[in-house]
Amino acid sequence: MLCDICGKNPATVHLTEIVNEEMTELHLCEACAQAKSQQMEQQFGLSDLLAGMADFDKPVSKEEIVSSQCPNCKLAYTDFKKIGRLGCGECYTAFRKYLGPLLKRIHGSGQHVGKVPIKLAKTIARKRTSIDELRLKLQKAIETEAFEEAARIRDQIKELEKKPPEENAAE
Amino acid sequence: MQLNDFLNHTSEWLKGTGPHSDIVISSRIRLARNLTKAPFPHWADKTQGKEALEAVEAAVRKHSYFKNTFSFRLDDVDAVDKQFLVERHLMSMEHAQKSENKAVIIDTDEVIAIMVNEEDHLRIQVMQSGFNLFEAWGIINNIDDLLSKELSFAFLPEWGYLTACPTNAGTGMRGSVMLHLPALVMTRQINRVLAAIAKLSFATRGLYGEGTQASGNFFQISNQVALGHSEEEIIENINGLIRQIIEQENQARQALLAKNRALLEDRVNRSFGILKSAYIISSDETIELLSMVRLGCDLGIVNKCMDRRVINELFLITQPAHLQKIENKKLTSQERDVKRAELIRNKLKI
Repeated sequence: MLCDICGKNPATVHLTEIVNEEMTELHLCEACAQAKSQQMEQQFGLSDLLAGMADFDKPVSKEEIVSSQCPNCKLAYTDFKKIGRLGCGECYTAFRKYLGPLLKRIHGSGQHVGKVPIKLAKTIARKRTSIDELRLKLQKAIETEAFEEAARIRDQIKELEKKPPEENAAE
Repeated sequence: MQLNDFLNHTSEWLKGTGPHSDIVISSRIRLARNLTKAPFPHWADKTQGKEALEAVEAAVRKHSYFKNTFSFRLDDVDAVDKQFLVERHLMSMEHAQKSENKAVIIDTDEVIAIMVNEEDHLRIQVMQSGFNLFEAWGIINNIDDLLSKELSFAFLPEWGYLTACPTNAGTGMRGSVMLHLPALVMTRQINRVLAAIAKLSFATRGLYGEGTQASGNFFQISNQVALGHSEEEIIENINGLIRQIIEQENQARQALLAKNRALLEDRVNRSFGILKSAYIISSDETIELLSMVRLGCDLGIVNKCMDRRVINELFLITQPAHLQKIENKKLTSQERDVKRAELIRNKLKI
């Protein structure tokens, strides 16, 4: 049997493909089989992986995902799922609820602890301390079973974490 | 500064100096940074791309620290020169694909390379010879501080530096170390080592980064996780891993010497012999053979040992674009194989 693609070399690789529920059999020589497998690998790239990961949990309705778009650069969330790249820094805020779980899954963490740009360093340091203080208060509230107070503090922390940092005056 | 000036210059990563330079070729750190609000390169239109490029170039010009750097706009760089920059590890293969509004800013020592409008607005890279990630971090941290005085970087306190691909968000940092592991390959332990590396969430790549195969026993190992750990922690983690791999490679080298000395001497000196006498040689074969000679010199089992720097340099100048720059004309693949053999014979004449 000769190779289905080049028709020259004897077929040594036998491949069964199922596309749209239709089964096709391919008989290929080694060179063509290798080319074919490379092609298949390329089709499944990083963007597919990311898009797949982003889909694991669906906290929001499909309509909401389709309609969500970054107000700054106009990239739609569906674009991100296609290309695996965001459109601008603002996209992270626009798609916060989808990206949060995705980042956690990729990095195993959802909280940056590294370097901060010089211009933001002071305000962020202040914020980090106030969040740390609130966390301590939260722990105490839980220990003393003051749950209403604890819920209030938890919301405060969430609010604070969301707020974009203001640049401190040029130094 | 012109690209041709680099021809007579040894790249930082080839110096063959620095800690553990028998096994570790080079250490590299890159930081991904983006300008606030500006669309990322893939999503920007022509004008926006140009604005980003000009903003970055202006910021670099402003500091005397960068006085020995030069910005090469890729629109003005031909295909061979682009490949030349890739071979010198001054830019990625991906960056060489398209030209519009792209540039690479390089310093004369080839320690610093800033790709503008690659996947992110800035990809800052600092390269050091040998096992030296913290040294590289010190340099790049300072560069990042200087640039962030002029440019406003996209950043969120909880997610750090924001990047086109969420896999880089956080520190935007990737530390990578290029290793030469011939003994682990020869003793067939390499797959076990690579599998362990992957389990620990580190990536292994070939000589030329993303998407390239390991060749000539060279492996580039880098961190995958960028969010949730500080830069120093990430580097410490890579260092810990690399120290263990160095230890394993050293053990494998000693085992080979103890148990298979004749076999090792044979392979090393045969490789040396082919390099010294071949008239046609491919780039792949060159890398394989040079790898053996490098090992032989490290272990002192080559009759006349060469400086590691000469071997390292041969790895580079036998690459396709380098050969064409040296010959100063376009060469077909067959012509290159002949010129390559000639160049090696001349360099190895003892």
